[in-house]
Amino acid sequence: MLGILIILLLALIGGFLVSISPATTAQQNKFEDILSALPQTQCGKCNYSGCRPYAEAIVHGEADINQCPPGGAETIKVLAKLSGRQIKPLNPENGLQKATQIALIDESLCIGCVKCINACPVDAILGTAKQMHSVLVKECTGCELCIAPCPMDCISMQAVTA
Amino acid sequence: MNYVLRPAPWTVSVCKRSQLSQVSTEVHNRFNREIHSFPGGLELKTYKELSNDKESLITPLPDKIILPLQQHIGSPSEAIVKKGDTVLKGQKIAQASGYISVPVHASTSGKIIDIGTCPAPQDQSIQTPCIIIEPDGEDAWFDIEPVEDYLSIEPEILQRLICEAGMVGMGGAGFPAHVKLNEGTATAVDTLIINGVECEPYISCDDRIIREKANYIVSGTRMLQHAIQAEHCVIAVEEDMPEAFAALNEFINDNDDIELVSVPARYPAGGEKQLIKVLTGKEVPAGGLPIHIGIVMHNVGTAAAAFRAVTRGEPLLSRYVTVSGNVENPRNLQVLLGTPVEHCLKQVGYQRHNNEAVIMGGPMMGKYVHDISMPVIKTTNSILVTSEFNRDREKPCIGCGDCVDVCPAKLLPQELFAYARAKDFDETRALHLFDCIECGCCAYVCPSNIPLVKYYRQAKNDITAYETKQAGYEHARHRFEARNERLERIENHNDDRFDKKKTLSPDQGTVADDKQAYIQAAVERIKQKRNKKKD
Repeated sequence: MLGILIILLLALIGGFLVSISPATTAQQNKFEDILSALPQTQCGKCNYSGCRPYAEAIVHGEADINQCPPGGAETIKVLAKLSGRQIKPLNPENGLQKATQIALIDESLCIGCVKCINACPVDAILGTAKQMHSVLVKECTGCELCIAPCPMDCISMQAVTA
Repeated sequence: MNYVLRPAPWTVSVCKRSQLSQVSTEVHNRFNREIHSFPGGLELKTYKELSNDKESLITPLPDKIILPLQQHIGSPSEAIVKKGDTVLKGQKIAQASGYISVPVHASTSGKIIDIGTCPAPQDQSIQTPCIIIEPDGEDAWFDIEPVEDYLSIEPEILQRLICEAGMVGMGGAGFPAHVKLNEGTATAVDTLIINGVECEPYISCDDRIIREKANYIVSGTRMLQHAIQAEHCVIAVEEDMPEAFAALNEFINDNDDIELVSVPARYPAGGEKQLIKVLTGKEVPAGGLPIHIGIVMHNVGTAAAAFRAVTRGEPLLSRYVTVSGNVENPRNLQVLLGTPVEHCLKQVGYQRHNNEAVIMGGPMMGKYVHDISMPVIKTTNSILVTSEFNRDREKPCIGCGDCVDVCPAKLLPQELFAYARAKDFDETRALHLFDCIECGCCAYVCPSNIPLVKYYRQAKNDITAYETKQAGYEHARHRFEARNERLERIENHNDDRFDKKKTLSPDQGTVADDKQAYIQAAVERIKQKRNKKKD
């Protein structure tokens, strides 16, 4: 009797593992793929706090795939393929797709308050308290997160040349 | 004279798959090399007689020399001169900026009037940095150092000399020559192939350079063979170049181990992978390089220029360019690099009409020149004027499969087309888009006039752009995660310090006592040392 019970238990555990583990790893892979398809600006225009939460929401079916303005149509296409959903146009409520821009600090106005530096998700602004700040052109992703905190309104977005 | 660039279909016999087995396997010369055939391809009317019988003309100095910093595949060179500098012919004006890069030299003496941008001859939609020289008419040479005995110097030194001379593949792709040589030293090379198979219609610059500079080519071949220590060495020309064959044969001695082979004239036999297949029967693996199967290939022009570079110390300053098509006097020109296309066309009596276009490169693979002030660069083999600019309208694909029959890379052009148009990058990649050599055979036979290669080039550019973007995403993600990690660490670190202070406070006993003991021990040690010194 005990033997049968043990075998039954083992079979149950085995069955559970077989049914669960590939699904979770597949979901994990899907999450990774979706996350790396997102532009990693952490801009929050998708109504989530960053790319990772948005990717999670897509995987769990909570968010639509058309909420990422920096990625635009190209990203939607990739997301549609990865999530197995229909391609649809970008949701204008989240913003419009623009050509890549980068931030520029008007250095004559900058007071060195460090607020933009704290806001930048990719450490693309160089400077320290009471010193002039400057944007590292190569690192800026154009997320616009530095614009709102600036008390001097001295940050503007510039089109990328060449 | 009114030559139509795209020969009418009835003048061309398209070789279907069933006929392929008939392609000759006859035995050539004393080395008994078996000639194989490559899949697909076309037999085209060549129109080479327009230009290949006339002696090449040395083009007079133009008013302006425009030298782009990117005339090769790889990273662009870096300018080492300033606006206003005076330079001499052969002086280095830009240096290599990496391993896959070569220097650029002033092709005549004069003053640098600007360092600006011009449309890139490879892709006119982008601007490329260039150095503009105003010739002073003296054509005065920079000091050059010839190396007489090229066969006794080390292969590494030869490679360095060739690199310093700005040598790139002159067949059209422009891959830096020293890289091929260097890879050749790193691995054992079975065969060095010198490619004189000029398969595109109209172009005869290789034919002409062989006829006029055969001794340079043969000596250059010996030199390159020495540079990579190749076991076998083959110079290949096409069957419809008998004069070139004879010219080369004259300079090859019986005790040379250089084979001279003439291969059936069939487009694109001069393509690197196709010629390897024809001469050795081997196939370059998908995504691989010839060196992976022990083969290195150089163009005849590269062999001649490399020989000049080493034995006379002259860097790569000029090249043979075929100017043909709908011009008064089609012929080959010896053109200084940086000479505007317009100036070359003037030499052959070109008059501008309305409905015509200028092509840089051959009719199959060349690109339209939108602005004829664009310069001739290291890879420009030909300038053609077409009288037939407007192609027939593009019609839908009818799935006839003619393109599949002629594809020399054994790809599926119509499927590639469908996916390329739909911008499905994964599928086009899976169909080996990057093994497409852009020979244009598929577009040539297409009854619906679909410019297939245009779509493939576009898809290749799109994929490269997408990958650069994706790499940018990856980079941003890395920085974001690194920042989060750092912020977390700072937070934890502060806590740690706080904890330590707590434990080190005197009323906590043990830790403070330990500290006192430690200090005491140190004081003792120093005292002992002092005593020792006194003793």
